[in-house]
Amino acid sequence: MSPAIRTEALGKSFTLHLQGGTRIPVLSGVDLAVEPGECVALAGPSGAGKSTLMRCLYGNYGAGSGRILLRHRGAELDLASADARLMREVRRETLGYVSQFLRVIPRVPTLDIVAEPLVARGMPREAARARAAALLTRLNLPSALHALPPATFSGGEQQRVNLARGFAPGYPVLLLDEPTASLDAANRAVVLGLIEAAKAQGTAIIGIFHDTEIRDRVADRLFEVHPEQAFA
Amino acid sequence: MMETPLLEAHGLGLRFGTIPALDGVSLEIWPGEVVAIVGESGSGKTTLLRVLSGLLRPDAGSVAYRGPDGATHSVHDMGEAALRRLMRSDWGFVHQNPRDGLRMGVSAGGNVGERLMAVGARHYGGIRAEATEWLRRVEIDPARIDDTPQQFSGGMQQRLQIARTLVTRPRLVFMDEPTGGLDVSVQARLLDLIRELVADLGLAVLLVTHDIAAARLLAHRLLVMRQGRVVEQGLTDRVLDDPQHEYTQLLVASVLAA
Ligand SMILES: Nc1ncnc2c1ncn2[C@@H]1O[C@H](COP(=O)(O)OP(=O)(O)OP(=O)(O)O)[C@@H](O)[C@H]1O
Ligand SMILES: Nc1ncnc2c1ncn2[C@@H]1O[C@H](COP(=O)(O)OP(=O)(O)OP(=O)(O)O)[C@@H](O)[C@H]1O
Ligand SMILES: [Mg+2]
Ligand SMILES: [Mg+2]
Repeated sequence: MSPAIRTEALGKSFTLHLQGGTRIPVLSGVDLAVEPGECVALAGPSGAGKSTLMRCLYGNYGAGSGRILLRHRGAELDLASADARLMREVRRETLGYVSQFLRVIPRVPTLDIVAEPLVARGMPREAARARAAALLTRLNLPSALHALPPATFSGGEQQRVNLARGFAPGYPVLLLDEPTASLDAANRAVVLGLIEAAKAQGTAIIGIFHDTEIRDRVADRLFEVHPEQAFA
Repeated sequence: MMETPLLEAHGLGLRFGTIPALDGVSLEIWPGEVVAIVGESGSGKTTLLRVLSGLLRPDAGSVAYRGPDGATHSVHDMGEAALRRLMRSDWGFVHQNPRDGLRMGVSAGGNVGERLMAVGARHYGGIRAEATEWLRRVEIDPARIDDTPQQFSGGMQQRLQIARTLVTRPRLVFMDEPTGGLDVSVQARLLDLIRELVADLGLAVLLVTHDIAAARLLAHRLLVMRQGRVVEQGLTDRVLDDPQHEYTQLLVASVLAA
């Protein structure tokens, strides 16, 4: 079986033009491959580049060098050179990302925030809302909250909205940055169940889990991200 | 279905005296895509909108529009009558100053209805019903349908201009600082409204704004202009979170937490 996503010699550095052109090398020579149904946890000290790697995979950061090969619409596609339009298609159909914090869109009810990626993939709005509601309920978000925009929600509630939005479509590849960071034990158990179910469905998962208990339960292996030598 | 760009511009150049207002600008807009143009004052954003929409002729380059029939038309060669027809039906223009887009002496309902009549609507009752529905959509009390825009606040005038523009369901809408000159709280509400309507109608939008947060909220794609050139472009979140060009880094750094 070929990987759902893999990188070849992926490198990334930041050049800070406003700080005299200081160059911050973060990633170099990263070769990571994840099979369908496999969960790989990124490991490494704070500042090693775990989030940076994940953001490169999602196209939120541009890859500096190397390739990011994603299986999309039955063929391998290099995300490192994909344009904005293609990247949007990839994010709609193949690649999901649950960031650490929900970006709240003013006035949009929680239910629609979760249903939106389903609608974008062609699901009728009512069916999408029903699926969204079921997932939010599973994440213990009371239905009274579904009609409200999440701007006033607690950190843990917002994170559960974010998780529901990320898990709802069933992307073939899912990136999770600290998915359980602000959750209590009961909700962590729900997320554990969602991750296990997604794996069973063949989803390739790349996660950052500071919660080692969750990590040891869901991760098939660790992938060490090495801090680059500064000023190399 | 094979998708093609709605609008395609190549190598646009335009000088005003010694000022290069546009210098080698190329871009594409696809159906349903919201593209924001940001950049400092005088960088050529308004000039670019005016050239793309046929209001100004460039010194160099070309702009092609693909109509609903699939045929491609050169915007600067189609002639004034054809351009005016396009402006009435397929395209919309939302001006920064609502006075430039509204008829101030005509009632709110008339402002909306007039656009419908320009594309052939004739039934008075139907036009009034649709105008009422659009006032509701832009959150203007339909009871004010017979008031003129002069009696409206700036935010209401801007929402009325949006209703007037969108009522004919244009395929492509040009917006130049649609929230400029409004209170911050009014701006936020107007942006929400634009975001909702654009998503519901699946419009393609070319939006000029100096508001990075607005661009983040509305745009799929972002172009950064400086001195008549596009210095950086790409996915909105990529350009804002991993800006490459020195000028983009400055722009992002000056609006923390956009
Ligand atoms: N947009 C950016 N611009 C400049 N530098 C950045 C940017 N994003 C990340 N970095 C730098 O890249 C390095 C790696 O950061 P990253 O957030 O990937 O670490 P991490 O491994 O996720 O750490 P943590 O475990 O603390 O979350 C840091 O030095 C950080 O300052
Ligand atoms: N009709 C004109 N005659 C002479 N110069 C012009 C004309 N229109 C624009 N310019 C000049 O071209 C440059 C670009 O102007 P433009 O209005 O496109 O800027 P902009 O990016 O929209 O700026 P702002 O954010 O302030 O609206 C400016 O230097 C402006 O002074
Ligand atoms: Mg991190
Ligand atoms: Mg301007």
